Amino acid sequence: MYEELKGLGFVVITVALDRSADDARPWIETARPTHPALIDTAHVLADLYNMVNVPTILWIDERGRIVRPNDVAFGDDTFQRTTRLEAARHLGALRTWVRDGVRPFTDEQVRALQVQPSAADQEARACFGLGEWLYGQGRREAAARHFARGAELAPHDFTIRRGTMRMVGLDPMGPEFRLMYREWTEAGRPYYRPLPDTAGTDPSGM
Amino acid sequence: MDKSAATEGAFVLINEGRPLAVAASVVGSQVWLPADAVKAALGWELKPEGLCRGDVCVPVPANSPIAIGEDIDLAGLAALLRRPLALDLEERAAYLGAVAEDRGAALASLEAPDFRLPDLEGRVHSLSAHRGQKVLLVAYASW
Repeated sequence: MYEELKGLGFVVITVALDRSADDARPWIETARPTHPALIDTAHVLADLYNMVNVPTILWIDERGRIVRPNDVAFGDDTFQRTTRLEAARHLGALRTWVRDGVRPFTDEQVRALQVQPSAADQEARACFGLGEWLYGQGRREAAARHFARGAELAPHDFTIRRGTMRMVGLDPMGPEFRLMYREWTEAGRPYYRPLPDTAGTDPSGM
Repeated sequence: MDKSAATEGAFVLINEGRPLAVAASVVGSQVWLPADAVKAALGWELKPEGLCRGDVCVPVPANSPIAIGEDIDLAGLAALLRRPLALDLEERAAYLGAVAEDRGAALASLEAPDFRLPDLEGRVHSLSAHRGQKVLLVAYASW
């Protein structure tokens, strides 16, 4: 996909919201990307773009303007078996945008689809930021307190709830995650929140 | 402020991700920062008009002063600027985050916020270096 489009003034930038470069390293080294593959331990991107889960994608045009806001889309259908989110529709629209310049939304539609961060979201991110710094100082118990506070303030922010699990000694694929996922989705809340036009089937069938 | 009850010493103020060591007095649950340190770290200073940075001034309500003498209360400062604050008195560290409305306004402007982040080799990349290209920005994680 990328190899097909990159001659057309197109670049993919991937950003790993991970605890450390070493957590992201195996993924990056396996994929051997020819595009920038960046590491964001402090969740700078989540703060700037109000991202609350991964994967989150957005499209930015040649002038640096957001033409498609935060959305859930996997690069291929590998994850679809567990998430039931479709990649194919998104990739078709991406190809049309890159090749033919067809924008998926008007500016007004982009704004209407954006989710604005709340004061609680930003307070949670401050808690994450303090916790992440403390973790880097080896102050793990103190870090865990701030991660927990962040999770309370923004329970929908899985970059905090799941993204800090390794820093508090939990397995982000383990029973604590499955319990969190089950409680969240059984309360009728989606774990992934795709934009309306790319929503596949109900993603709660994990 | 009762300085006799204060614990003096280094304090780390993390301003939107940038840690800065400042001198501070912790009294009870309050952190008092020297006015000159606040100005050096954040650019804000107290003037007769209020709390000012450049031409911008935020009035300080008379009934909730944020300064005693030359010291400024960190939580009061954060509240006045509407900035989120995470504070750890024992660790003597605090994180001042970004204002929700500022982040929201930036997103609604549709100008993609710029960032600078390293790759595995430590080379720093910025979004703005890709002006003139269409960008698919993908945030993911190993978790």
